[in-house]
Amino acid sequence: RMPRGRGMASLALYSDQELPDLSKHNNHMAKVLTREMYAKLREKQTTSGFTLDDIIQTGVDNPGHPFIMTVGCVAGDEETYEVFKDLLDPVIQDRHGGYKPTDKHKTDLNPDNLKGGDDLDPNYVLSSRVRTGRSIRGFCLPPHCSRGERRAIEKLAVEGLGALDGDLKGKYYALKNMTEEEQQQLIDDHFLFDKPVSPLLLASGMGRDWPDARGIWHNDNKTFLVWINEEDHLRVISMQKGGNMKEVFKRFCTGLTKIESLFKTKGHEFMWNEHLGYILTCPSNLGTGLRGGVHVKLPHLSKHEKFGEALKKLRLQKRGTGGVDTAAVGGIFDISNADRLGFSEVELVQMVVDGVKLLIEMEKRLEKGQSIDDLMPAQK
Amino acid sequence: MASTFSRMLMGRRTAMLLASLGTGALATGYLMSDVNHAAVIDRTKLFPPSSDYPDLRKHNNCMASHLTPAIYCRLRDKLTPSGWSLDQCIQTGVDNPGHPFIKTVGMVAGDEESYEIFSDIFDAVIKERHNGYDPRTMKHHTDLDSSKVTHGQFDERYVLSSRVRTGRSIRGLSLPPACTRAERREVERVATMALSGLKGDLAGRYYRLTEMTEQEQQRLIDDHFLFDKPVSPLLTCAGMARDWPDARGIWHNFDKTFLIWINEEDHTRVISMEKGGNMKRVFERFCRGLKEVEKLIQERGWEFMWNERLGYILTCPSNLGTGLRAGVHVRLPHLSKDPRFNKILDNLRLQKRGTGGVDTAAVGDVFDISNLDRIGRSEVELVQLVIDGVNYLIDCEKRLEKSQDIKVPPPVSQFRK
Repeated sequence: RMPRGRGMASLALYSDQELPDLSKHNNHMAKVLTREMYAKLREKQTTSGFTLDDIIQTGVDNPGHPFIMTVGCVAGDEETYEVFKDLLDPVIQDRHGGYKPTDKHKTDLNPDNLKGGDDLDPNYVLSSRVRTGRSIRGFCLPPHCSRGERRAIEKLAVEGLGALDGDLKGKYYALKNMTEEEQQQLIDDHFLFDKPVSPLLLASGMGRDWPDARGIWHNDNKTFLVWINEEDHLRVISMQKGGNMKEVFKRFCTGLTKIESLFKTKGHEFMWNEHLGYILTCPSNLGTGLRGGVHVKLPHLSKHEKFGEALKKLRLQKRGTGGVDTAAVGGIFDISNADRLGFSEVELVQMVVDGVKLLIEMEKRLEKGQSIDDLMPAQK
Repeated sequence: MASTFSRMLMGRRTAMLLASLGTGALATGYLMSDVNHAAVIDRTKLFPPSSDYPDLRKHNNCMASHLTPAIYCRLRDKLTPSGWSLDQCIQTGVDNPGHPFIKTVGMVAGDEESYEIFSDIFDAVIKERHNGYDPRTMKHHTDLDSSKVTHGQFDERYVLSSRVRTGRSIRGLSLPPACTRAERREVERVATMALSGLKGDLAGRYYRLTEMTEQEQQRLIDDHFLFDKPVSPLLTCAGMARDWPDARGIWHNFDKTFLIWINEEDHTRVISMEKGGNMKRVFERFCRGLKEVEKLIQERGWEFMWNERLGYILTCPSNLGTGLRAGVHVRLPHLSKDPRFNKILDNLRLQKRGTGGVDTAAVGDVFDISNLDRIGRSEVELVQLVIDGVNYLIDCEKRLEKSQDIKVPPPVSQFRK
C-alpha cells in the first residue's frame, strides 16, 4: 500500500508543517527525533512503502508516562532498520545500554553452554519460561503486512510446526476457527492471547484484520507454544512448572533450531543480521528477543530496601505475575533478564539462572533474620 | 478533473510555495513514485487481490454486504491522487464485524476522490444506507434558504431544546482517516481564520485542545460542548484519532448557540442550538453561519467539497448529501408508551435516540427526535419534515393526555418528487 499523503500536494508541503508536536512526550523516539532528522527522513520509504510517519505513529499517539520509558517506534519490515538508521540507531543505543551502530551481536543457541540451571529451588521457583520472537524474511511485519502476507506467514508457520515430532509434536488452533471448548482450555492453560487492547500496539496498526491469520500452536505436552501473527510473526515460548530452567532452555533451543531448518527446506529464513541479531517489530526486542524468567516467591526480599539495587546489579527485571505492567501478587515476582541485545541467548539465561539463585539465597537469609549485605553482587 | 497539484497551482499561496520549493521537489516527487512503482508491481504479482480479500463471513455492515471478490479485485490496486487505497477505506469495516441488530456502514473515504475511484463499492453502500438513493442516477439538491421554513416554533411545554448539525470538508485536503499532520493543521488554520471573521451574534472564539486551560475545559464540559478523543473502535480503526489532540479544537460564538468542532470525525462539524422550541431561529442561524463561513473561505481561494451526485462530501458515507441532523429533545411520556409510536416515527421519517445521542437510551420520557434521511432531500425540506413531524408528535401527546385517540399518519415521501 502507498503511504498516506504521498500525493504530489503533500510532498509540496513544508516538512515543518508535518513535524509532530512531541513537547509533552516521554519515549525514546521523542528524545531522539529532531526537526532536521524529520525533514531528512520523511522523504524516504522502504521498498514496501513504509515511511517515517508509519514508524513513529505509535510514539506520537502515546506520549508515554513520566516513569516508564516506552520505545515509541516500530519497524514495518526488515529494511526499516537500514533505511531509517538515523532514527533507529540512537533509539537502539538508548534502549539497549549504549549499543553502538558498529557493535556486533552474538547468537548462541547451544543449550550445552548453559552451566547449571537444573536445580533452582522449587520451594521458591514456581515456574520457568523462555520466550523470543522470529520474523520470516521477505514479509512485512505486523504493523504493515497485508492480509495476504499475514495469511502466507500463518501457512508457512503451520506447515513448519506441523513437521515437529517427538515431545515437540503439537497442534494449531486458528483464532477464528476455535471452538468454545478449545478457547476455554487455552484460557485455562494461560496460552490464549487476545486482540491487543494496548494503545501502544493498536496505534501501530498491529490489530488490523483481527483475528484473521492469528493463532496458537502448542505441543501435546503443553511445554512449547508458538503465537502466530500477534505482535511479531512468531513468538516462541518454552515453559514448565518448577525450577528446571536448563530443561526449558534446551527445549527452547532445540525447538527453534528445528523450526528454522524446517523453514529453510521451504526456502525461507528468519530475519537476522550480525549487527542487530534477530529482527523483530519493536526495537526493544532486537538481538536475542529473549526474555527468560521465573515466577519466584520473594516475600521478604521484595520488601527490602536493596531489592531494586540487587536486581539492577544482576541485570534482572521484576514484573508482576500477569506479565509486563502488572503488579506482584502474594510476594510472587516474575524475574527475568533486562537485556535483549549485545548478549547471547546463553549469556542471558545464565544471568537469570545465577541471579535467581542468589536472590533465593538472600530470601533465605532474610527469613532467618540475617543480613544480606555480604551477598550483594558486583555490577554485571 | 484537475489533479491535486494543479489545483494547488491555481490558487492559494502559489508564488510562495513555488519559490521555496523550486523544481527540485517536483522531480523528487516523480522520482519517488517511479522507485515505488516497480516494487508495487512485484508485490501485486506475489499477492494477487484474491489473497488479500478480507474474510467477511461473520460481518454485518454495508461494506461487507456489497464488497464482492470481483469488486475487490478490480479496485485493490487503485489509488486516489493522494495515495489512498480501498484497503484503507474498508479497514474499519473489516476490524469491526458489527452487531446483529445495528448495521454500521463499514467504510470511510480518505478524500473526495475516494467516492469516485471506488464508486463501485461506495455507490452500492450509499444506496443501501440511504434507503435507495442511487448516486448513479439521482441528483442531490442543496437549499439553505431558511426563510422557506414554516411553523418552526414548537410548544415549549414539550420541546426542551432544538438543534441542527452538519459537517463540511475543505476541498483539496484529505479527510480525517487519511490526512497528514500538515493537512490537519491546514484545515484548522483555514477554518479558524474564517470563523474569526464572523460578526454580530456569530462572533466567537476558538479553543484549541492542546492549549485549553483546566477552567476552559471544565466550562466546555459543563456546556456539553467538549468532544473527547474517540474511543469507538469504529473511528479509531479508521485512523481518525491519529496524532490526537494535534490541530483539534472547538469554536463557539459568545452566545453559545453556534458551535464548530474542528478535526474530530470530519474537517468541521457545525452545530446550531438553543434551549426551547424555536427551530426556525436555530435553522436560520445555521444557514446564515454556514453561508458566512463559506464566503470567508472562498475569499481566500478555498471551497467546500460538494458535487451534485453526493451533495456535501464527508468522511462517512452515512453523512453525505446534507449531512444534516435536525432534532429536538422532546417530552413524550404518553406517546412513547403507545404501541404505535415506532410506526408513527417510521411514517414521518423520523428517528428516536436517547438524550445522550446515538446509541443511548431515553431518560425520563425525553427523546431525541430527528430526521432519518440525509440525502435526496434538501436542508430546507428535511428541517420542514422534522418540524411537521414533531408538531404531529406533540399533537398526539396532547390527545393522549386527554384520553383521545390518535392516528398513524400516512408515510411521507422519501425523495423529492
